[in-house]
Amino acid sequence: MKKILLWGGLTIFLMILGVGLFRSQQAQVNIGEPAPDFELLSFSGERYQLSDLRGKVVVINFWASWCESCKPEAKDLEDAYQFYLSRGDVIFLGVDYVDTEPEALAYLKEFGITYPNGPDLKTSISQAYRIRGVPETFVIDKNGTIAHLQIGPFRSLPEILSVIDPLLD
Amino acid sequence: MKRDMKTWLGIFILILLIVLSIPVVGYAQGSDPTDDDVNTVAKQLYCPVCENIPLDACGTAACEQWRGIIYDKLKEGWTEDQIKDYFVAQYGDRVLAEPPKQGFNWLVYLVPLLVFTGGGFLLYRGFNRWKESAPTTKEGKEILKKEDPSMDKYIERIENELKKRSEGSK
Repeated sequence: MKKILLWGGLTIFLMILGVGLFRSQQAQVNIGEPAPDFELLSFSGERYQLSDLRGKVVVINFWASWCESCKPEAKDLEDAYQFYLSRGDVIFLGVDYVDTEPEALAYLKEFGITYPNGPDLKTSISQAYRIRGVPETFVIDKNGTIAHLQIGPFRSLPEILSVIDPLLD
Repeated sequence: MKRDMKTWLGIFILILLIVLSIPVVGYAQGSDPTDDDVNTVAKQLYCPVCENIPLDACGTAACEQWRGIIYDKLKEGWTEDQIKDYFVAQYGDRVLAEPPKQGFNWLVYLVPLLVFTGGGFLLYRGFNRWKESAPTTKEGKEILKKEDPSMDKYIERIENELKKRSEGSK
């Protein structure tokens, strides 16, 4: 009886340890995989559910106001958003990672960003996408599959357009 | 009757004074919190960007902003618990140095306790068995000598060596 208890306890302990290790070692969400669904509550109070945007190309940009390497791409992302705005089938969503609201709003103002942005509440979105840092950008095709993963900033507007254009009809 | 009233009034004033003298974890609205006030709250939080570094010791821009938020909230008169709740609502449970005692989090508290208790028990049992198996009586020691006479020879040599050395040093 004692042996069963001892081995049982040890097995449960090792299982918990194993699950924890597995979760920490899990790789990033990759190209070709379905994009994890999430809800983003923007700074202006609108709600965006990724699954509701099926049939549109969605650009999800993870950023933070304290992130220096996010700044060079900020204006290019806004320009890309403006470029596709009239089409209506390209949606840009900014996910503000581990940031403080006043600084985030100041950042959006500084770079003139007008597409929807909101905080990553409880870091649930960044955890679902298992990001390793910021900036990171996921481009989701019209079927809800990850078509492009950009680790680090985009270098220019043409680079952003070259990723989105092939996904449009 | 009058005396009774006076006694009750005295007790009431005494209780009031005691209650008022209990320090409340909070800060007067409008007063400027010091760095120590900010760090008291900050050391109970961890920023997910720089894991394993408490907020009060972290030098990144993100942590600096968080400390700024703590400062602002303290200035507004928020209590430590209110500030911690705010950070949990914004960034999740993982920002807390001590996870709340609920659900799976109990493992954090229980597993080390169980491991220590189990380890202690195993050690105790191991030592007891060891002690029981070691001969304590003269007869037992004799048996041990008979079982392994070579050991006796070695001990004798060591003792002789030690004797020589101690005599040589004199």
